[in-house]
Amino acid sequence: MREIHYNTIVEAVERLCMESNYFLGDDVLQSVQKALGREESPTGREILREILENARIAREDEMPLCQDCGYTVVFADIGQDVHIVGGDFNEAIAEGTRRGYIKGYLRKSVVAHPYSSRINTKDNTPPVIHVRIVPGDKLRLTVAPKGGGSENMSALGMLKPADGREGVIKFVVETVRKAGANPCPPIIVGVGIGGTAEQAMLLAKRSLLREVGQPSEDPEDAALEADILTRVNKLGIGPQGLGGRITALAVHVLSQPCHIASLPVAVNIQCHSARHKEIVL
Amino acid sequence: MKIHTPLTDDVVASLRAGQKVLISGTIYVARDAAHKRIVEAMDAGAPLPLELQGQIIYYMGPAPAKPGQPIGSAGPTTSYRMDPYTPRLLAAGLKGMIGKGNRSQAVKDAIRQYRAVYFASTGGAGALIAKSVKKAEVIAYEDLGAEALWKLEVEDFPATVINDIYGGDAYEDGVRQYAIPD
Repeated sequence: MREIHYNTIVEAVERLCMESNYFLGDDVLQSVQKALGREESPTGREILREILENARIAREDEMPLCQDCGYTVVFADIGQDVHIVGGDFNEAIAEGTRRGYIKGYLRKSVVAHPYSSRINTKDNTPPVIHVRIVPGDKLRLTVAPKGGGSENMSALGMLKPADGREGVIKFVVETVRKAGANPCPPIIVGVGIGGTAEQAMLLAKRSLLREVGQPSEDPEDAALEADILTRVNKLGIGPQGLGGRITALAVHVLSQPCHIASLPVAVNIQCHSARHKEIVL
Repeated sequence: MKIHTPLTDDVVASLRAGQKVLISGTIYVARDAAHKRIVEAMDAGAPLPLELQGQIIYYMGPAPAKPGQPIGSAGPTTSYRMDPYTPRLLAAGLKGMIGKGNRSQAVKDAIRQYRAVYFASTGGAGALIAKSVKKAEVIAYEDLGAEALWKLEVEDFPATVINDIYGGDAYEDGVRQYAIPD
């Protein structure tokens, strides 16, 4: 067994919280740059340039890209030959979040008692943690802060098997249409298909960790991504909803088998501030 | 076009959906929880912590300022969550709102009725927008943390008119211009 200490995890999460909020990924920057060449709306192009300029300021000044520094979502792939020592694994993630958000001047956006008093927890905890046990002796941690505005536009459709591929496309396109200007377009559309209701949503979220615009390795899913992207970009919503060709930078699909009675489709919308950073320990 | 706060009826009447403006002067900052408290205070007949007449409310919750900065990242939050409170505030004299995203029909009707204006600024450009904030202070509801009520001094704050007093809607116009039928 390879030992990984509690403190190592705390420090890694602390750093990832800050870096993910300050430094927009090169994949996103390149995607926005490419969109600039295809956007026909002058206002849309101006907004895309503002997004690039904002990323430059955030990087140089080490300040958050967006005041909404997100709900802290952490994906942990734990090698089965790893032994975590020195403390509680979940608490290590929470402590890293706490330190990162306080030291990094990140906004604390989590409230306890969601349907009543809604009291801010003041340190952005608790994080949401998705754990997988995988072969090997490494620990992969991905911190993906998720803004409320885009998360609020998520949707789950428990479609009929008869709805098929076209039904899936219609559900996703309709979800993006209804979201309109709200989720800060240009967006990345995460789509999870199959499994159960909660698994479909997790697939949708996980699909957003892929490099922006990199097609699925599954040819069928890759073709679906291309078809949905074409349809979504015909909506005309455009950057910030002010009209244009680029409503979405990309569509990412992850699919898996499902029950004979079901066709679950989950949509998780990601704003252009597509933040995630990972480390392998 | 450059405009200054407080907004006069003439300035509001001159604005059209789709127009770009640079706003200077004092603006107030309130989001979900602060709106709830303001409207509760109105219901209770209690004094309000801000003057509404002719003012602009910016829907925003800033990131903390680093030492030497007036404010941290400071971009708009999604406006529809404030829709349940907005007609009340417009009736009390509020003239402008800055946020992002579509408003309800009730809010659009109230904008026409009370002759006000809804602006959007670029969501997700909080680091860039913070450059136009010269001074910032919490004036009430500090216990709400990120949702406190702030007073800002802004200079050439960039925004676009979305809903004007004539029923114009820049989001509807944009989609109409660029949508491609299947």
